[in-house]
Order: sequence, then structure tokens, then C-alpha cells
Amino acid sequence: MRYVLRKVVLFLVTLWAAITLNFILPRLMPGSPVDAALGKLASAGVPVTNAERNAIEIQLGVPHASLFTQYGDYLRNIAMLRFGTSYSFPGQTVAQTIGSALPWTLMLIGASTIIAFVIGTLLGVYAGWHRGRAADSSITVGATFFGAFPPFWLGLLLLYLAAFKLGWFPIKGGYNPGSSPDWSLSFVSDALRHSVLPALTLIVTTMSGWVFGMRNNMINILGEDFVTFAEANGLRSRTISLLYAARNALLPNVTAFGLSLGSVVGGTVLVEGVFSYPGVGGLLFTAVTNHDFPLMQALLLVITVSMLVAIFAVDLLYVRLDPRVRR
Amino acid sequence: MTIISAVPPPEAPGKAASVPSGPGRHAIPGPLRFTGRAVRTLWSNGKARLGLIILGLIVAMAVFAPLLAPHSPAATTFRPYLGPGGVNWLGTTGTGQDVFSQLIYGARISVLVGLGAGALATLTAVTVGLLAGYRPGLADELLGFVTNLALVVPALPLMIVLAAYLQGHSVWTIVLVVALTSWATGARVIRSQTSTLRTREFVTSAVFSGERLPRVVFREILPNMTSLVAASFFAAATAAVLAEASLEFLGLGNPATVSWGTILYYAQQQNALLTGQWLMVLTPGLAIVLLMVSLTLINFGVDALSNPRLREK
Amino acid sequence: MALLGAEHLNVGYQPSRGQRIWAVRDVDLALEQGEFVGIVGESGSGKTTLGHALTRMLRPPAHLESGVISFDGTDIASLRGERLRRQRRNGFALVLQSGMNALNPVRTIARQFGDVLKAHAQPGEDTSVDGVLRSGTELLAAVRLGPEVLRRFPHELSGGMRQRVSIALALALQPRLIVFDEPTTALDVIVQQAVMQTIKDLQRDRGFTAVLISHDLGVVLDTADRVVVMYAGRIVEDKAAAALTACQHERQGLYHPYTEALLGCYADPRADVVRLAGIPGTPPDLSLPQAGCSFAPRCPLAEQICRDVDPPLSPLGPGRVACHVRARTANVDVEAGRVS
Repeated sequence: MRYVLRKVVLFLVTLWAAITLNFILPRLMPGSPVDAALGKLASAGVPVTNAERNAIEIQLGVPHASLFTQYGDYLRNIAMLRFGTSYSFPGQTVAQTIGSALPWTLMLIGASTIIAFVIGTLLGVYAGWHRGRAADSSITVGATFFGAFPPFWLGLLLLYLAAFKLGWFPIKGGYNPGSSPDWSLSFVSDALRHSVLPALTLIVTTMSGWVFGMRNNMINILGEDFVTFAEANGLRSRTISLLYAARNALLPNVTAFGLSLGSVVGGTVLVEGVFSYPGVGGLLFTAVTNHDFPLMQALLLVITVSMLVAIFAVDLLYVRLDPRVRR
Repeated sequence: MTIISAVPPPEAPGKAASVPSGPGRHAIPGPLRFTGRAVRTLWSNGKARLGLIILGLIVAMAVFAPLLAPHSPAATTFRPYLGPGGVNWLGTTGTGQDVFSQLIYGARISVLVGLGAGALATLTAVTVGLLAGYRPGLADELLGFVTNLALVVPALPLMIVLAAYLQGHSVWTIVLVVALTSWATGARVIRSQTSTLRTREFVTSAVFSGERLPRVVFREILPNMTSLVAASFFAAATAAVLAEASLEFLGLGNPATVSWGTILYYAQQQNALLTGQWLMVLTPGLAIVLLMVSLTLINFGVDALSNPRLREK
Repeated sequence: MALLGAEHLNVGYQPSRGQRIWAVRDVDLALEQGEFVGIVGESGSGKTTLGHALTRMLRPPAHLESGVISFDGTDIASLRGERLRRQRRNGFALVLQSGMNALNPVRTIARQFGDVLKAHAQPGEDTSVDGVLRSGTELLAAVRLGPEVLRRFPHELSGGMRQRVSIALALALQPRLIVFDEPTTALDVIVQQAVMQTIKDLQRDRGFTAVLISHDLGVVLDTADRVVVMYAGRIVEDKAAAALTACQHERQGLYHPYTEALLGCYADPRADVVRLAGIPGTPPDLSLPQAGCSFAPRCPLAEQICRDVDPPLSPLGPGRVACHVRARTANVDVEAGRVS
């Protein structure tokens, strides 16, 4: 219980820190992001109401106002999801833009991470158990090689081979342009088809971390006394490798999950860019190209907060896995 | 009760009299000797040896680029959109530049940023980790929290935002941005190792014998963490190479410089795949992969040094 | 016929870099059914390696170089895989040092009993949840632990309790021989006494052959019937425990000098003046070839032949001793009719 309490407090404090960091960042940067944003909006011919101008200023920096009041307004805006207007998508608030893109990314990352974790863990267990033999070497070499693939590069290659040359999968987007998102079977299967290549790219590039982590953990655990004792008691190989070794080797990987999530998110941004996938990564790509600061800033916040929530969820899951923290 | 002991305590088992050591025994300076020994040790590990060879070749390619590249990388003297041929081994870009020369010169930026940002990140990580781990208390809690925060903020999005704001477009901006977002992993590991080491006897005895804090940290603790710091460096360098390539690919670097990432950026911009120039896409990516793999392989050797259980049979 | 017999056993450690170390050299040992044997030696004497070799638990870089190990007539040195695993039921068991890691931290004790019982279940045996709980309760009772332990995780138990659980798990195999490798080294003296008493009682009630490996001669003399002393990988003495606790003047001339020195290291803490005698010198470096008797450099009786020729483990008095000097004086005594 103490463990859970500690994790809750940690989550809340880190959440606050991330929000505050997001507040400080644009105000530290050289130049005036506010003027740049307002200027861009003006040149795009988008009329800016006073309320919208206010929102942008609170996001990026109100000239001549005390930091303290800015912070208060900022927090209030965050709570109400008022992030301002984006000129990349005139007519929509930033909140709306992000809101329609977020589910796509969540599904892509969610599915890819789970699949990569499962396959990577199993491969790592196998490699660690058969350490030193051919299976281990080939898995290690393969994981090193594929893990070094820049996600955007693998994406480009897959795009070229599977989509362009062979035509098995669509070239870009999350769904066929012209159809509108709903829950019909045809749309869902279309969306799945569009997500295969991006997901495959993500899975291949993020899997190696799990493979190595699990393999190293297995090797360490296999030297422990309780594994020797299990063997002395004549337990079957499968029991020992899975229920004794792997089950314990899993634990450090779960605690390390949060650390690896950052690189998964990074990979997603690149992959979405390459495949023009309609998620927040693609949005960030667009925002950067357009120097759209309000959108960029809000995206950073949303991405960070999502990561914090995911890490928190995994921390809670850890309690189920390790009885030693249940005191 | 009186205790009479008839036998002196035993000496350390096995060895003869120890070799006397002292300053001035060797003509070669300390750090060089240390590096030489480190390289020799890594060389004995099969994977690390391969990594060192590949890294050496890439660095050589970077250093000797003017000699190796047939043409100037920026010269737009050729017909654009050419496929691979006799003059241009890998074809030309959309603006008529030779891709092969770009590939060779591109090694410079990737190696520079990779190793440079890796070194900067590791330096920061060591500083923060040592400071935080050495004494429990406010500094430890604060630095620990900052480290955890830096770990949680996703690296690439932050890099993208920073690079977009800074708009410096120089190599050093990239190095700074990459280092700023990747020091935290190493700091966390070093901090935990430092706080483990500080409770060991040799540190306690050094402190009690009056050694001052910086000396204790540098003379007693740091030498015991060399393989950890080395592993940290290679991991950071690997991530830095990828990060730099990603930033260049997104157009956030300096598009005027030649690096493997910018080759891919232009390939994307100029739709190289649609014009059939798949070599232009394949080769820079492969080069990035090779550089990263070489650093990772070396790291295998470092891992095996510090954890005997992982050593190859 | 001996239950467990080892002949000319040699075990080496081959590290990836450096010299091979011979941890066990030319060991001949025969253990009878129901015996309680203690193997004593300092760190590096090879006693743990021998214990692991006898139960086929050697791990790389340790390897069985040569020799025969037979259990109940079967050669077990060449068994591998599934056949070796099956041999463990009703065969030989190994109990390790107690401590944090003797038991799987993420499984309850009940489940760990279930794992052992199911791994060796014969047709007709009840391995359902209730069956396991019943067997577990019985086994825990044998080591003086209550059934509530079954629901616990290892980290919720004390060191002494964990050690007893380990013994109970080994008992689940219904073994005919159990090797206890330093079972109480990590425990404090009071708990040590309790655990050793439990082991003694179990051995007496169930009749298995017990092999107790320890560096503590006192513990061994207290519990074992027979003591085997190891030095530098060889057996140097093999006698009944009672013979070793006999008075000084009675045992003169029949014991290996190392054993005598070991006995001299112990003193009565209640005496007024305590003479502590250590053994000068250090154990030999086992990566170097050993010419002659390994103990010779430290032995007060060493002669030239000791440095040249390795003394064989030969019968002497009530047991076996590997010492040239003792063997020679004993022969003289035999011829003079003083000793039989």
C-alpha cells in the first residue's frame, strides 16, 4: 500500500512539473513566440478574436504581465482544455485538432507496444535460456541490427516495397480519403489496413529493447540460488524457464517500461510523418513545418501527460506482479 | 578470560610480494595508458572487436572524406535525378549533386554529433549522478526529481520543439538539443551506483581518514564506475546518432550541411522513391544503422567487462 | 553395497581466461544407506564442489573431468536431461544455503510445493490443490512449521523458516540421500541449533543418508556419525566422529596433521585461559600443479617424501588418512603389535 501511495504522489507531482515545464518553455525561448504566432495567423488571413489572442498569450507568454498571474491563467486554461487557435487548421481550436488525432495515435502506439513487448519478451526469454547457443546468437544479432533501424528509414523502405512496388498496402493516411470515420466494419477494416505498415515499423524498431532487457535479466536470474534449487528438485525445464526464471526476470523490464516509452513515442512521431498517418505525431510534423507554436506546445503537453498516465498505469500493474511490494 | 593467539593473522592468499608501484614508473601518460588498456580489453571480446573495426572505418571515412569522395558533395554539376551509374555511383539528387560523395562527407556530421552529443550527455549524467548519489539529502532528492522528470518528457518531441524554437540551424544547436534530452538515463544509473558505492567500506574509510569530498568522489568512487560510465557513453552516442538523423530528416537541422539525415530529408522532399532512386534512400539509412550497430557492439564488450555473468564463454 | 559411491572423482573449473583449477582431486568416497556424514574443510577445499558433483548439480565452468559416480548401482555421471531429472525422485536431493534467494520470490510456498510434487507425480498420486495442501502441511509439520506458511510468500518468512521450507521441499522428493550445503551458515547460532536439531531428527526418523557440508567442525562433530575432512580438493581424513572427539593423548598419531590443527583451533569459551592456535600459512593456489602433499608447506611434520609424493588415502586405525608420516608410524606400531 505504501508503494501505491508513493506512486500516486509521484504521478501527481510529476504531472504538475510537466505542466509547469510546458509553461516555462516558450517563455525561455529566444524571440517572441507570441508575436510569431499572432503574425502567422494574421498573414494567413485568420481573424483573431480577443479571446483567442488571450488564449495564445497565456500559452506562450503574455507581454508585460506578471509571471504569477500568467501561471494562474495558464493552469485554468489547461484545466478547461483551452489551448488557443491553430493557423495550420483554421476554423478549429487546437483542442479540437488534437482531440481528433489523439485516438489514432493511441491505438497505433497501444497495439504496437503490446505486440512488441510480448514478442520481444518471449524472444528474450528464449535467448537467455539458450544462452551461448545458436538461437541466442541469432536473436541477439538480429535484435541489434533491427533495433538500430531509424524508424523513419524503415518506414520509407516498407512504404516503397510493400505499398509502392507491391501495392499490398495503402501509401498514406489512416483511412481512405473521402470516407468519414465511423464504427462501421468497412471503415474499421480499412483503418486496420492503413495501420499495418506503421505498426510493423514501430514493432520492429522497438522490439529489440525488450529482447535485450529480457535476455540480460534472464541471464542474471539464472545464476540465482532459487533456480539452482528448482533444478535440484527436478522441476521440468519449462516450469523453471517460465515460472521461475522468466517470471522473475520480467520484473525489471516492467519497471523500465516507462523509460522506453519515450523512444516509442519518438518513433511514432517519425512513423506517422512518413506515412502521413493522422495522429498527433503527424500533427507535430505539420506544426513544426509551419512554425505553429500554439499547436506544438499543446501537443508536447498532451504527449507528455499521456505518457505519464501510461507509466502510472504500468506502475500499478507492477503491484500485481511482485508480491514483495504489497506490504 | 585471556586469549593468547599463537599464530599471526594470515596474509592475503596466493600471491607473492606485490609489485611496488609509484609515480613515474611509466613513460606513457596515465590517460593514454588507460585508453590503451581499455581498447585491448574490449578487443578480446568478439562483438566489441567487430564494433571497434566498423567504428574505426566510419571515422576514417569521415576524416579522409576529401580524399575518398570523387566529387564535392555540394556541387550541383550533374544532371539531376540520375540513377546509379559510372560517374555517380549512387546517382544524383534532385539538384544534381553526387549522392556517393554526400554519403562519404555525411559521415562527418553523424560521427561528430553522435560522439559529441554522447560525450556531453554523459558528462552531464556523471556530474548529476555523482552529486545526487553521493549524499542523501536535499540535493539528492532534488536532482533525483529533475532526473525523473527529464526521463518522463518524451525525447524526440521535446527535441523537435526546442529545435523549432531555437532555429539556430547550426550543428552545435543540434548537439546541445540532443545532449539536453538524453542525459537523464545515464544520470539515473550513475546515481544509483554511486549511492550503492558510498556505503562501501573503502569510501567510509577514505572519508574517515579525512579525505575531502571531491577527492573521495574522483579517486575512490569514479574509478569503480568506469565501465558503467563507458556503457552510458556508448548508449548515449547511439541514441544521439539516431536523434541527429531524425532531426535532420524532419528538416530541423541545417539543410545546407551534408549529413546522412539530410540526404534522406531531400530524398523525401524530392520523392526519391517515386523516381526510382531507392539507393539514395537505402545507403544513408544503412550507414546510420552501421554506425549505431558498431557503438552497440562495443557496448556489449563493456557490459561483459562489468558483469562477469554476461561474459562470452 | 554403498548407496552412493564415487571413484577417482576429478572436478575442474575452466574459466574463459586463465588456468584451470582442480577443485576436487581423485576422490574415493562410499556412503551407506542411513549414514550421517559430515564433510569439513575451509573455503576452497572443494567440499561444496564435491556436494554438487555428487548430486549432479555442477554448472559450467565446472565440469566433471573423470571418475565414476554410482547411486544405488546405477552410474549417474552420464545421465542427462529427462532421465537425470526423473532420478531425483526417491533419489538424491540438495539443500542450499538459506538466505534471500533459496526460494522463488514470486510464488507462494504452496505453489512451490505443487511444482515439486507435480514434477514427479506418479499415477494415482493426488496433485490437486487439496492434495498439494495436504502433502505440504505434512511436510511442513516434519520440519516443525505450521500450515499457515503455505499461504505465504518467501519474503514474509524469516531466514530460519525459509531454510526449513527448503528442507521440506527436498523431502517432498522422498529422497534416499540429502546433501545439505552449509545449511546454517547464514543463520544466527540459536536458529542454527534449532535447524540442525530438526535435520538430525528427520534423518533419524526417515533414515535417509545425510551429507552435511560445513566449514564449522563443531557443528559437524555435533551431528554427524562420520567425518570426512577435505583440503585442497582432496580427502585427507575419513573417520567416525566419535573418534575425533576423543582426548588428545588417545588420538595422537592416528590423525592427519590438518585435522589435529583444526581441532586445536577450537577452544572452550568457558575456560579461564584460552589458547588459540591458528594454522600458519595460506591454502594453496589450486591453479598451480600440486607436487606432493598439498598440506606440506604448512605441516609441522612435513618430510622430504611429503613434498615429492602425494600421499594416498589409505586405511589407518578407525578410518582413512592421507599422510605419509602417519602411515609410516602406524605400520611401525602394527609391526610392534601396539595397534591393530
